[in-house]
Amino acid sequence: MNNKKGHIGRNIYLVFVFLVLYLPIFYLIFYSFNSSGGMNHFSHFTWNNYKEIWADQRLILITVQTFFLAFLSSLLATIIGTSGALGIYSVKNRQIRTLILGLNNILLVSPDVIIGSSFLIFFTVLGINLGFTSVLLSHIAFSIPIVVLMVLPKLQEMNSSFINAAQDLGANQWEILKGVILPTITPGIIAGYFMAFTYSLDDFAVTFFVTGNGFETLSVEIYSRARQGISLEINALSALMFLFSLVLVIGYYFISRDSPKTNRREKKMHQDLIR
Amino acid sequence: MKKLNVMFFGIILICLALFTAEYELNKDSGGGKSDKVVNIFNWGDYIDPKLITKFEKQTGYKISYETFDSNEAMYTKIKQGGTSYDIAIPSDYMIQKMIQNHLLLRIDHKKLKGLSNIDSKFLNLSFDPENKYSLPYFWGTLGIIYNDKYVKASEVKHWNDLWNPQFKNSIMLIDGAREVMGLTLNSQGKSVNDTNANDLEAAYRKLKKLSPNVKAILADEIKVYMAQNESPIAVSYSGEAMEMMDDNKHLHYTIPSEGSNIWFDNMVIPKTAKNIKGAYAFLNFMLNPKNAAQNAEYVAYATPNGAAKKLLPKSMQRDKVMYPSNKTIAHLEVYDALSQKNLSKYNDLFLQFKMH
Amino acid sequence: MKTRGLYFSSYVLWLIFFVLAPVALILYQSFIGINGHFTIDNYENFFKVSAYLQMTFNSVLYAALITLITLLVSYPTAYFLTKTKYKQLWLMLVILPTWINILLKAYAFIGIFSQSGPANNFLEWIGLGSHQLLFTNASFMLVAAYIQLPFMILPIFNAIDDLDESLINVSHDLGANGFQTFWNVTFPLTLNGIKSGVQVVFIPSLSLFMLTRLIGGNKVITLGTAIEENFLVTQDWGMGSTIGVILIVTMILIMFLTGEKKRRRR
Repeated sequence: MNNKKGHIGRNIYLVFVFLVLYLPIFYLIFYSFNSSGGMNHFSHFTWNNYKEIWADQRLILITVQTFFLAFLSSLLATIIGTSGALGIYSVKNRQIRTLILGLNNILLVSPDVIIGSSFLIFFTVLGINLGFTSVLLSHIAFSIPIVVLMVLPKLQEMNSSFINAAQDLGANQWEILKGVILPTITPGIIAGYFMAFTYSLDDFAVTFFVTGNGFETLSVEIYSRARQGISLEINALSALMFLFSLVLVIGYYFISRDSPKTNRREKKMHQDLIR
Repeated sequence: MKKLNVMFFGIILICLALFTAEYELNKDSGGGKSDKVVNIFNWGDYIDPKLITKFEKQTGYKISYETFDSNEAMYTKIKQGGTSYDIAIPSDYMIQKMIQNHLLLRIDHKKLKGLSNIDSKFLNLSFDPENKYSLPYFWGTLGIIYNDKYVKASEVKHWNDLWNPQFKNSIMLIDGAREVMGLTLNSQGKSVNDTNANDLEAAYRKLKKLSPNVKAILADEIKVYMAQNESPIAVSYSGEAMEMMDDNKHLHYTIPSEGSNIWFDNMVIPKTAKNIKGAYAFLNFMLNPKNAAQNAEYVAYATPNGAAKKLLPKSMQRDKVMYPSNKTIAHLEVYDALSQKNLSKYNDLFLQFKMH
Repeated sequence: MKTRGLYFSSYVLWLIFFVLAPVALILYQSFIGINGHFTIDNYENFFKVSAYLQMTFNSVLYAALITLITLLVSYPTAYFLTKTKYKQLWLMLVILPTWINILLKAYAFIGIFSQSGPANNFLEWIGLGSHQLLFTNASFMLVAAYIQLPFMILPIFNAIDDLDESLINVSHDLGANGFQTFWNVTFPLTLNGIKSGVQVVFIPSLSLFMLTRLIGGNKVITLGTAIEENFLVTQDWGMGSTIGVILIVTMILIMFLTGEKKRRRR
C-alpha cells in the first residue's frame, strides 16, 4: 500500500521534471508554426518557416557541418578522455592526482572568449590554417575534461579485487582492460560522449575564433543573427533537429539494449574470470 | 561491451554519412580555388540570400559567407590573420581603428561603378575621410523607443526625460558604454566623443541617478522584450526599433533633438584579401541601385544609396524611423574610435554604473 | 607500467598543448598593461577596485546557489529514474534538451516568463496574480539551473544505478527504515557521482555571462561579464587575462578545499 503511494509520488515528480525540461523546447516548436515574426503572440498556423529552410542551401550545409563536427569531435574526445581518466586513476600519489585534475578542469572554468582567443593565437603561431581542422582540434580539446570527469568516478567505484583477481589469473593488461575495466566504466564513457556532444553543439565563442575557410557551425550562425533578430526559420530548424535526435536516441536505445541473455553471458564471463 | 561497440560503429557510420552529405552540398556551392571564391565576413542575416545567388550567376564567382556577432570579435579575427576575407562589413568607429592599425586596403575609386549613387551626405565622414577605405552599406541612428500604451510622445522628447521619476523601473538600456555614456553626455550638451575627464566624471554622477529608472541593461534581446510589452521605454538602435515595431504596433521611435549617434556599416577590403578582383566585383554589385534596394527591403535597414532609396516602396521611403529628416541628421554624431585609455575609462565608468 | 604510458600519451599531449600552453599565454598576458608594457598594474587594479572583489564574491555565491538548486532537483530525479522501466532511455531523454541551442532556449524562457507569458498565466490561474518574473535573481538562477540540470543528473544517475542492490536489502533486513538506509547507505555510496556532478555544474557557473544579461538584465555582474567586456569591448586582453587567472586560481582553491579527503578504503 505504502509502496504504491510512493510510486505515484515518484511518477508525479518525474513527470514534473520532464515537463520543465521540455517546456522551452515545446515552446520553440510551437512558435515555429507561427506566421508572424516573433515568439510572443501566435497569429496563425503556417508551414512557411519550414519551407524557408529548404530554400536556404547554406543553412542546410551549416547544419550538416555542425553535426559532422559534433559526432566526430566527441568521439575522439571520448577516446582521449577515457585514456586520460585511466591514466589519472593509475597515479597513486594523491597530490599529483589533484594537480592533474586541477589542470584538467581549467578549460571548464575558463570563459569561452579566453579559450577561443588563446587557441586562435596558438593556431596562427603554429601556422595551422583556420578551418575545419582547427575547429575540430578545439572541440576535442574543450570536450576532454568533461569526459574525464564522467569516467573517473566509475573507475574509483570499481572493485579493485576484480583486477587483482584477473592479474592473478595471468590476464594481460589488454585483456583486463577489455574484459574488466571497460565493461564497468561503460556508463561513464557513454555519459562522457553525450556531454562532449552537447558541448560541441552548444559552443559559439571558441568556434567563432578558430574557424575560417567557409566552415561555420549553427551556433555561430544563430548568434550572429541576433542583431537582426533570429527568424522563426531557426525555430523550425531546431524542431527538425530535435525530431532527428529523438529518433536517433530511441533507435540507439533499442539497438544497444542488452537482451537478458547476453547480459547473463557477460556476467558468467565475469565470474569465470574471477574464479 | 556490446553497447560500446554499437555506439562506436554507429557514430563512425553517421560520420561517414554526414561527410558524404557535406561533400555533395559543398560541390554545389563552390568551395575550393581562391580566385573563384569571394570570402565575405558580415553580420548574420545581413544580406538577401537571393542577392548572393544573383551575384554568383552574374559574375561566375562563388561566395563564401561567414558571419560575426560583434565588431570587436571581427577585428580580433582579421588582425590575428589565418583567414582571408575579401570583404568585411564593420561599423564606423571600428573602420577608423582598422585604418589606424593598417588592416585595410585602399579602395581605388576608378575601379568603382556607381559611386555617385551614394547620397553625398553619407560620404567623406570623419571616420574615413574621402572614403579611401570604405563604402557605406547601411546606416542608422540611436534613439528612444516607447510604448504608447504607457507613455505619451510628449513625455520622451529629450534624453533628460529618461531621468523623470515617473519612469521608475521602466527603462531598458542597450548594453554599451559608448551609447549610455554618450546619451548622458548629450543630455548635458556635450559631444558623444567627449574625453575630458571632468565631463566624464560629471556624466557618471548624472548617470548614477538614472539607476532607479533602469529596469534592465540588455543587448539584442531588447527587441524580444519590447515586442512583448515588457517595458514602456527602451534606448536602442533604429534597426532594432524597426524589428520590434514590426511585431508590436504600439511601439514608436524618436530621436532626441539635442543630438544622438548616427552609425554606419561600411564595406571594406581587409589587408588579408586574396581575391581583390572579386572584392571589387562585389562592391560594384552592391552599388547597383537595384541590388541595394532589394537588400534594403530584405534587411529593413536604411540604405545610403540615394538611387536605391527611390526604388523602395513609398511607405518605406517616407518612414521617419529609417530616414529621419536632414535637420535631425545634422544634429547627429558618429562615434570616433577612442584611444585605449579613454575606451577603458568609458567602460570602467559604465561597469560601475551597472554594478550599482 | 608500460600501458600507463600508452593510456596517458594522448592525454598528456592534450594537457601540454591545449591546457598548459594557453594557461602560460594567459598568465603572460595578465602582466601586460594597457600600454603594452610588462607590469603588475592589472593585479593591483583588480584588488584595488572594490567592484572586482564584489564580482568575485557574486560569481562564487551565484555559482554555489545554482549548484545547490540543481543538486536538490537532480538527486531525486536521478534516484527515481533508476527505479523506472527503460531507465537508460529516460536518461537519454534528459540529455536531449541540451542539444537545442542555448540562445534559443533563453529566448523561449523570455517568452515564457514575460508578463503575458504562460508562467504568469499559470500564476493568475492558481490565483497568485501576475508578477514581474524577468530580471529577478530568482528567474536568472532558475534558468541557469535548468541549463545545468542534465549535467548533474547524468553522473548521479550513474552512481546510483551502480549501487549494489544487496547492500540496501541488507540494510532493510537489519531493520533500518527508508530514510536511514538512504542516509547511511545510498547517499555515502553515491558521493563520487555527486562530486563529479557538482564539479561539472559549479565550475562553468563561475563564469556565466550570457544568462546574467539575457534573463537577469545585468542586475548581477559576475567575473564572466567582466572578462567578456575586457576581451570583446575594451579589448584590454591584459585585464581580461588577469581576471581569467583569478578565476582559475579560485577554481583550484575550491577544488583543494572540497577535494578528496584522506578516506579509508571501504
